[in-house]
Amino acid sequence: MIVTRLNETGADQVAAASAESTVKPIRGAHVAIRALSHTYRRSDGPVLRDMDFEIHQGEVVALLGRSGCGKSTLLHMMAGLTHPSEGEVVINGRGVRAPSPRWVMMFQAPSLYPWMTVAQNAALGLRFSRKTNEIATRVPEVLDLVDLAAFAERNAQDLSGGQQQRVALARSLATRPEMLLLDEPFSALDAFTRRSLQQDVREIARRLGLTMVLVTHDVSEAVLMADRVLVLDANPGRVAHDVTITLKEDARRAGSDAFQEEQARLMQLYTDVAHGDATTPLG
Amino acid sequence: MTAIPDTPAGAFRLPRLGRFRGLFNAVLGIALLMGLWWLGGRAVANDPDMFAFSDFAPGPTLAALWDILSTGEVLSMSGPSLYRVGSGLAIAAALGVPLGIAVGRTTWLREITNVPFQFLRMISPLSWMPIAVMVYDTWDGAIVFLIAVAAVWPILFSTASGVRRIDPSWLKVARNLGANPFHMLFVVILPAIAVDVLTGIRLALGVAWVVLVPAEYLGVTSGLGYAINDARDILDYSRLAAVVVVIGVIGFLLDWLCMLAINKFNWVRETAH
Repeated sequence: MIVTRLNETGADQVAAASAESTVKPIRGAHVAIRALSHTYRRSDGPVLRDMDFEIHQGEVVALLGRSGCGKSTLLHMMAGLTHPSEGEVVINGRGVRAPSPRWVMMFQAPSLYPWMTVAQNAALGLRFSRKTNEIATRVPEVLDLVDLAAFAERNAQDLSGGQQQRVALARSLATRPEMLLLDEPFSALDAFTRRSLQQDVREIARRLGLTMVLVTHDVSEAVLMADRVLVLDANPGRVAHDVTITLKEDARRAGSDAFQEEQARLMQLYTDVAHGDATTPLG
Repeated sequence: MTAIPDTPAGAFRLPRLGRFRGLFNAVLGIALLMGLWWLGGRAVANDPDMFAFSDFAPGPTLAALWDILSTGEVLSMSGPSLYRVGSGLAIAAALGVPLGIAVGRTTWLREITNVPFQFLRMISPLSWMPIAVMVYDTWDGAIVFLIAVAAVWPILFSTASGVRRIDPSWLKVARNLGANPFHMLFVVILPAIAVDVLTGIRLALGVAWVVLVPAEYLGVTSGLGYAINDARDILDYSRLAAVVVVIGVIGFLLDWLCMLAINKFNWVRETAH
């Protein structure tokens, strides 16, 4: 069953109540970046120049690049939190002007509100978009999805870093977004927690049919999570390589040979781009 | 209980009392204060120049205190005072909290208001008294104004500093999830700064309670300050001292209520994991 947000009304809630499908696939967003350039200040050079690419529905795309290549800025623009100086971000055929619960961003820090319980934090998006009547059914669903149902009434501060990031994920998913934008959301976690979250987030996004855009400077994270990796050049930021990751789901483990091969291939491209930066005169 | 000593060997230590230690020490502190009071009373009574003031001693004072408590006079004395402090604090909070949020959120507003606010803050509230008396028709109005002037600064500054310490990512997350300005204020900002606001109110209450008594020395014919002045005029020193005790006890209780409210709204964990 495919449910878009537009007809998500009473019938949807009935469906949510039925036990057999607590998680319904949602059609993911389609993103087009059109002739996008960005300059912070007039005196500086552009951080992003002439970006033109598309992200298809349900695709997981990693933006891979060194610090300062503007990848995070680009993600903020997709979220509607920043506006490009030139060009535009088009989602589902419409230019992005402002944040929307239909595409939600996850940040490096989970940024849960420490005066609230886990369930209250997860309910924030619904509360802000005036869907408080959905909180009772939707919040247990999303907490279940991230394996935190037992923690619903605990204070957010009682959870570990990885668990807090899971709550942030539940909070992002509660409003049934069409796209998740991840700004290095696992970088503050220990290696073990990071691996399991990377796998879980990819799995959840695929199960829900979400489009996902992920900003990272970690090659193995890109290989593990993404269907497609855009390797970004810096100064100014632009797409240097568009790489499709063809790994099967069970090969997306750091140990497998196919994974190692793919990682080595991507690492080579990434290193070449990075070296290219160093020799390009700034200006 | 661990056997690790928490004070250096040889240092003076109170006996171990387990969970009653806090209560025991509180009672000990009160007993020490009463002892000093009693000694002072003895010294005054034995001094030929001062023996007229011997009614300030604990015995006569407690008798007079029992008198104003049992007749219910304590209510008619403190009622008007509590009303004035309550009104003054309410006005101070109604001005101080919104102004504090605005000053905390807006850099240019903070820069513009910094010097004027610091200047006004350092003026003793009582120095406004002649002006207040001229401006307000009633003494009550003047007293409420003085209390509000005294109380607004701690509330304003504490609120502003709370707002400045709000984690910017809390605001970013709220914006990202579609919060409108109303949500921002009531779901994010106010809960985040609740403890700062209440701490400001607690400080303000302390100042207001101090300013109240001298403000009530003038004009009005009710309240605790008036009761002290009245007792002095009729040379009833035991009654005067009893009112002083009442002022101290009420002030202590009000502060304790503020502490309870702060603890209730405090979301900061003592220990990080």
